Formats: sequence, structure tokens, C-alpha cells
Amino acid sequence: MKILVCISEVPDTTSKIKHINDNKELDKTGIQWIINPWDELSLTRAIELKETPGSKVESITVVHVGLQDSEPTIRKALAMGADNAIRIDAQPQDAYYVASQLAKTIASMDFDIILTGLDSADFNGSSVGGMLAQQLDMASISAVTALNLEGEKILVNRDVSGGTQTLEVQPPFLATVQKGIAIDPRIPAMRGIMMARSKPLEVLEATNEVTPLTEYVSYEVPPPREACRKFPEENAKELAHALHNEAKLI
Amino acid sequence: MTILVYTENREGRLIKAAFELISYAKEVAQKTNARVVALSIGDVNRDELMKTANYGATRVVTINDEKLSLMDNKRYISVVAEVAEKEQAEIILLPDNTTGKALTPGLSAKLKAGLVSGVASLPQSYDPFIVKKKVYSGKSIANVKILTDRKILTLPSNSFGVIEPESNGEPQIEEFTPDADMESKINLVSMNKVTDKILLSEAEIVVSGGRGMKGPENWGMIEELAGLLNAATACSRPVSDEGWRPHSEHVGQTGKVIAPNLYIACGISGAIQHVAGISSSKCIVAINKDDEAPIFDVADYGIVGDVQKVLPQLTQAIKAIKEA
Repeated sequence: MKILVCISEVPDTTSKIKHINDNKELDKTGIQWIINPWDELSLTRAIELKETPGSKVESITVVHVGLQDSEPTIRKALAMGADNAIRIDAQPQDAYYVASQLAKTIASMDFDIILTGLDSADFNGSSVGGMLAQQLDMASISAVTALNLEGEKILVNRDVSGGTQTLEVQPPFLATVQKGIAIDPRIPAMRGIMMARSKPLEVLEATNEVTPLTEYVSYEVPPPREACRKFPEENAKELAHALHNEAKLI
Repeated sequence: MTILVYTENREGRLIKAAFELISYAKEVAQKTNARVVALSIGDVNRDELMKTANYGATRVVTINDEKLSLMDNKRYISVVAEVAEKEQAEIILLPDNTTGKALTPGLSAKLKAGLVSGVASLPQSYDPFIVKKKVYSGKSIANVKILTDRKILTLPSNSFGVIEPESNGEPQIEEFTPDADMESKINLVSMNKVTDKILLSEAEIVVSGGRGMKGPENWGMIEELAGLLNAATACSRPVSDEGWRPHSEHVGQTGKVIAPNLYIACGISGAIQHVAGISSSKCIVAINKDDEAPIFDVADYGIVGDVQKVLPQLTQAIKAIKEA
């Protein structure tokens, strides 16, 4: 069984977000780039499955769409435990552009399970996985919180509106995953970091047949919230009245 | 022009988000001279479908097919795409919840229609078509232009609100049988329905606990206040990581992103990852013993104090108001 994990890189959550060039682009100064947290969880689960004694998982490949400056992020995925990596050499434009680049590359490859994060911490679009599955004409399962291999069976848990479900799925399929699939992301050990340097990272040319469907025209900083109105500890009553009379929420 | 609204149902009734989406569609329709068509998949009471007219729909396409009882993304995407083509929909609206996240990306790719998810306000302009959405976990707002004729938007629950219904006669109802491909590779093993609780993703009020609650044994206080307010319960990441509460209650980055009218944070310090999940809340109340806790930077109301003491008092005070 071969698993493919799609990873994107995003600013570290604690990074301050500023914009430059007339608010048309992100100011990358001082930004720490990390593997998108959702993708990191999916990679972690793939590694856990491979490490299980008697595992049927032969290999874990990570794929990323980005320019050369994103290679440290890919190396980190290799250090965590992926076996090899593919970088599609293109500047991401929108989710559809990224999904299309991935689809063009993956279409001729053979994977049983493709994992993507349910969401991404940059554009928060929850889009690439579903778009990719559609372009590959592959079954997709969204909001996955568990992935287990039990004998010949592949079982996944997912959230649906109004509950959770356990499904049996036949490969190949794509799952967009969220918290629960793994709890803490795998932290690369020194040995992993050393090994990552020699693991294969293949760079593939992007196709220029893809056009984005959306354009991020400009950005603005959200208006600051008004200052907090604080009540003394013994005066919960006053807070309740403010919520009732002023905010009219209760 | 046609705006197609995906109306979701549960136990035979349309969920609130369905009426919220129709309300949004009505506003857009008035500005673009469009008609609003509701799409309903499943066994929904006819009275419920009738109600859509009061919010702005003039037509309902309803599909009741046994094969659609299990949400198979591929099947559902084919069906929605087929209806969109049939109705010549230019704007397609879905809720920004698990259903919307499951269907819209595939729908976007299938129809080559630009998708913007998590749109919290009416479009900024229609030609070009520009909408605002939060990016970088709420730290920035982007103006996104959709470059295609057909557009797909998802709306977070409670972000727009439901308009006051008005009596508008009856919508035209069509029972439709799709001829979309019905093959499936997924089988349901078991389902765990959440019926007795308010869903976190849809709740208007959320009461949430953090590490300051000290332990799972103290969650009775959270549940009591939530019960009183008809609210959902939630928690911060350390709480679900410790196993005090299920992961489904985790609010924040990598957890759920919610936009309730009122969010009550009890013993939550307000780490940036947590704030990313709640910053769209209309009103935030914080109870925390640390005056410097970052939760107070985003809170509208706050009490600096011991949550174990303050929370029961707050519950009592709210109870008194409710009973008055």
C-alpha cells in the first residue's frame, strides 16, 4: 500500500501578518514557514500506520506545490518520516491551481490512499483535497478523524452534519483529515533529520495549462475589537445584566 | 439569473443554516435581479419546503433518493452539479460546515466555478464579483475576485443571520430524479447521531472551558450554564488533548472555527490558536484569573477572577433574569 500526503507551507501561527505593495501581498519578512498543521497531522498518521508491526504500508510520499524556497518545509516532512518527496515547481495561485497541478502529476502515479489537510492555515479555504479528488475522479471522504487498517479493511471515521460515522472504504481514495486522526504532530528526531538529507526529493516541472478560478485582489487588517469591559470578581450579576440589557444576547 | 441554495436537513426539517442561506440569497437576488432556487436532498416535510418561500425562494428542487441516504461526496457532487446545470445557476450557496466542506471543492472543480469559502458578508461588488473572507486564521481579511461566470460561496453559520420571514405564497416544487452516476466505494459501518445536544458548529451561544477549569469533574458548571442558555459546549486545545473533553469540542486552529453570537470563555487564556477559532464571534465574554491573559484583548466583557467561583454566580444571575 502506498500513501501520498499533500503538504502546503503556511506562516507559523504566531507570525504577525502584515501586507505590502498597496496591501496586495503578504509581507514575508520575519515569517517562519511551517507545514500546514492539518497536513502535519495527516503525515503523522501515515507514519504511525507504516510503523505498526506487520503494516501493509510500503511507502509514504509527500508532494508539495511551491518554489525552491519551500524545500526546508519538505525536508522537515522527510525528517518526520516520509520516504520520498515531490516538489512541483510552481508558485501557488489559488486552491484550484494547486489542485490542478497536483492532479496532473499524480494522475500517472499509483497511490492507494491520498491524504490532505481539511483546511489550511493561510487561505482557510478547505479546498485543495476535494478539488484534487474530483480531478482524479477518485472517491473522497471529508472531515476524517480516524484512519485505521484492520486486516484487509480500511476504516475511517468522519464528521457529518449532526453526527459521526464509521465507513469502510475501498482504495484508492482521498481523505481530507482533521484533528483526531492524530493528536500531536510527529517531531523529527535527530536521526530523522540526518536521514532526510539523503532521501529523494524529485522536482517536477509545472504544467502551464492551468488557470486559477479566483484571484486574491487585496488584503486588509481586521478592525480591532473594542476594549474589554471588565467587571469585578464579585459582580457576575452586573455582567449578566449587561448581556441581557446592553448586548441583548441572553 | 439563478441563485441555487443547498438547503440541508436533519430529521425531516431544514436546519437554520438553510434559512440563513436563503436570506443571503434573497439579498443578492434583489441586487442582481435573480431568482432563488432551493435544492433539498432527502426526505423533508413538505411544510418545511413551503417555508423557504417566506425567506425568498420561489422554487424548490427536491430529491428523495434512497441512494443519497449516505453522504458519498462524489455522488452528491454529481447531483448538485446536475441541478446547477439544469437550473442554470450562476451562484451556488452552501453552508460552511462539514457538508459544505465535503461538497464545494469537488463541485468547484467539476463545474470550473470559482469557490470562496467562509464568506461572512454580502459581495463587495458584482461586476467584478468580489467577496471578503478571513484568511491567515482571522489575522487578515482578503478581497477575493471570482474569475468565472459561475460562482460558489459558503457561509459560516450565524454570520449573516436569518431575515424576518414574510408570507410569500408557495414556492414551485419540483420532485427531481437525477441521472448522475450512482456508483459508490464507501459503506456505512456505524453512525453516531448527535441528537440531544446543540451542535457546536450551529450554536448561537457557546460556553467553553479551558485549563482553568482544573479538571473534567468541574464541567458540570459549564454544562449547567450551557443548558440554561440553550448553548453548545466547547473547549480549548489542552482540554481535549488531556482527554477531559472529546476532540469534537475543540475550538481553535486545527479544531472548529465558529462564529456564534455569544462565546463565553471560562478559564481560557486565549492563545493565538484558540482566538483563531473564535474571532468571528459577535460577542466574547471571558472569565480568567489572570488580568493579563490575551483572551481579554479579544473579549467584549470580562471578569478577572476565579472561574470556579464566578461561573456559578454568573449562572445564578442569568437564571434570575430568565425567570423574571
